[in-house]
Amino acid sequence: MSENTELHDTLEQAQSTQEARMGSGVDDRFNSKLRKAFGASPFVLTKFDQFMNWVRGNSMFVLLFGIACCSIEMMHHYGTKHDVDRFGAGVPRASPRQADVIIVPGTIVSKFGPRMKRVYDQMPEPKFVVSMGSCTISGGPFQEGYNVIKGVEEIIPVDIHVPGCPPRPEALVYGILKLQEQIRAGESAPVTVKPYELQQFGELEGDALVQKLADEIDEDDLVMRYDWAQV
Amino acid sequence: MSLEQPHQLDVGETPEGELDYDALADLLGESVIDREEHINCEAFVIRPDDVARALSTLREEAGFDHLSCVTAQEYRDRYESIYHLKKYDDPTQELSLVVPTTRENPASQSGASVFDTANWHEREAYDLVGIEYDDHPDLRRILLPETWQGYPLSLDYNQDKPQIVPLREHVNPMETRNKGADDSDTMFLNIGPHHPATHGVLHLRTVLDGEQVVDVDPDIGYLHRCEEQMCQQSTYRHQIMPYPDRWDYISAGILNEWAYARAAEDLADLDVPEYAQVIRTMSAEMCRIAAHLLAVGTFALDIYGDFTAIFMYAITDRERIENLLEDLTGQRLMFNYLRLGGVAWDLPEPRDRYFEKVREFTDQFPDRLEEYHNLLTNNELFQMRVIDTGILPPEEAKRYGCTGPVLRGSGVDYDLRRDDPYGYYDELEWDVITDDGCDNFARARVRLEEMRQSIRIIEQCVDLLEEWPEDDRQIQSNVPRTLKPDSDTEIYRAVEGAKGELGIYIRSDGTDKPARFKIRSPAFCNLQSLEVMAEGEYVPDMVAALGSLDIVLGEVDR
Repeated sequence: MSENTELHDTLEQAQSTQEARMGSGVDDRFNSKLRKAFGASPFVLTKFDQFMNWVRGNSMFVLLFGIACCSIEMMHHYGTKHDVDRFGAGVPRASPRQADVIIVPGTIVSKFGPRMKRVYDQMPEPKFVVSMGSCTISGGPFQEGYNVIKGVEEIIPVDIHVPGCPPRPEALVYGILKLQEQIRAGESAPVTVKPYELQQFGELEGDALVQKLADEIDEDDLVMRYDWAQV
Repeated sequence: MSLEQPHQLDVGETPEGELDYDALADLLGESVIDREEHINCEAFVIRPDDVARALSTLREEAGFDHLSCVTAQEYRDRYESIYHLKKYDDPTQELSLVVPTTRENPASQSGASVFDTANWHEREAYDLVGIEYDDHPDLRRILLPETWQGYPLSLDYNQDKPQIVPLREHVNPMETRNKGADDSDTMFLNIGPHHPATHGVLHLRTVLDGEQVVDVDPDIGYLHRCEEQMCQQSTYRHQIMPYPDRWDYISAGILNEWAYARAAEDLADLDVPEYAQVIRTMSAEMCRIAAHLLAVGTFALDIYGDFTAIFMYAITDRERIENLLEDLTGQRLMFNYLRLGGVAWDLPEPRDRYFEKVREFTDQFPDRLEEYHNLLTNNELFQMRVIDTGILPPEEAKRYGCTGPVLRGSGVDYDLRRDDPYGYYDELEWDVITDDGCDNFARARVRLEEMRQSIRIIEQCVDLLEEWPEDDRQIQSNVPRTLKPDSDTEIYRAVEGAKGELGIYIRSDGTDKPARFKIRSPAFCNLQSLEVMAEGEYVPDMVAALGSLDIVLGEVDR
């Protein structure tokens, strides 16, 4: 007996066993496309990890997070015409504790950087970041500003960059789809972050500025340091 | 108009509605050290210890009840604060007070005791330029973090020096819980900077007594991306124009571009062809509709969480109008369409098809507007939430320098499109919408009705453009490739943006880049009046008041 016939026989047997269990006149619900695709057996065997990745990719809760101009296009991509909900990513959550994707839509400035880091830290693992617009890539048109952080990767790691100023909603939808692909395939983001963890004030190298602030800032305070010269 | 009461003339006002600067100088007497000529008006140089008296004399006796802006700047030999004064009755009557201080001791008297709006303007001047104001109620940094070292818009600021911003994660947020007197039971609550009701990255420090707001202190600067610095290091001709789109980014781009175009065109004495003015007027009103739609949509979202109906309807209509704008300018949001002396290019070909599309929109929009009225202003739930909440009396609104729909919702008839005409507005038929309600409802209604007027303006513009003779379609006047306005000319010009009076101050130093570029942001001034509306009210009413102010953080922080 060749392998093929053996397989065929087993399938036939499975089908008949099932039919035997259900009795005659099988419920139409079981004759689904899925069943046709997978053959007779109504079971799909997979790895649990793969299954979880598939689930994660198809049901993403995005953090409701508006910063600047790009957030207007982000609203539009939730809206009627572009409707990102078609792809299972259209449930914005207002609390970071309920979200697993954060879209960073706008310029990050020195005052907001630490706050955004805190919001990111509050999200449960696994979490994914889409950076939207040129400002989050490099500082964009405001790169030369005294107060502007040159890209969101100075603070948090990023999975997908969507360039544009601002990107069209279609571009953002494409970015989300690419992220879903990545998640489904179980790929993690290349970590390209520079400082990522904030320093404690006490660990800073002492210079004139540190000395000046030493009285005002607690040694245990976490601080961010912007060294524009290193850009 | 003959039926109106004869207008009582203020001191220094001629019967023709002009200003008699000599009479005003006499009124101020010895506080005036010198007089300067700016392009928009005359300026009096005032002694730095006499600012409050001069401001209050001008307000009480000469009718200058609108402190439009305070510009601070540093020269090689001195610091200067310029108080740009106007009248709400007639904004073409302008006067600037220039307050010089020495470099060694940059301190002048604060104007905050006369105009409440001066409070934030002077804090900003302190923050960015480093001028100190005596008798200021609360002089501390406003846009930059508290630990910032140096004043970024001063002349010798070194941007490459590292800065430290603390993340006070370990502070116990409940520590400051009891802020009031010992026997009171108040609570300190942070709202924002990441909060869905704050329309972006606004941070409200509130003190609550139960559910009532005792004190609210907006903490801004979470989107301060150095717009003024960007404009000061860009050339007039091409490089500045993309930035205005990003101040008020709610599709109000062309309105903002117009503010810069108007100031720079008057500064460099450029003409704009009439045809281009009509295109500007039409596209600017499209932007106003888009901006007001989002304001109404998010307001409904704030009031009763209406994500599915009104917000989505507003987004749908915005998509329609953004299609029109994209056909015209090539971009959905950041248009970069205006040029000094005109617009970038003519209407899209085929023109008939474009006019047809615009007509289609203007024809169906009034019906949509009725739908918005049915869903919002006729809705009992909405009325219960917004009528008689967030009261802003007209006198308070004026002292806080409010403009735009916020001011018109307090019953003050003030619209720069009519009162200080520019573009093609004075040739067209339309009305200024006001509402005496002074509450959240009035402000929302004013926005809805303004969209109807914008539709009227667009319709008339389309009629004009359709008939425009083909050989007269000049879209730009002749503008020198490198624009270098005369040295030491100063100008302050404003247009009616989506949120109110958007003013630009430019001082030129003879190069192709401005020496000082100051943005008078309407949302910045309007936001200041939140304390009037919110204090003593419930927390949800504060959220409603914030929504009805329709701030956009890009413009507040610049």
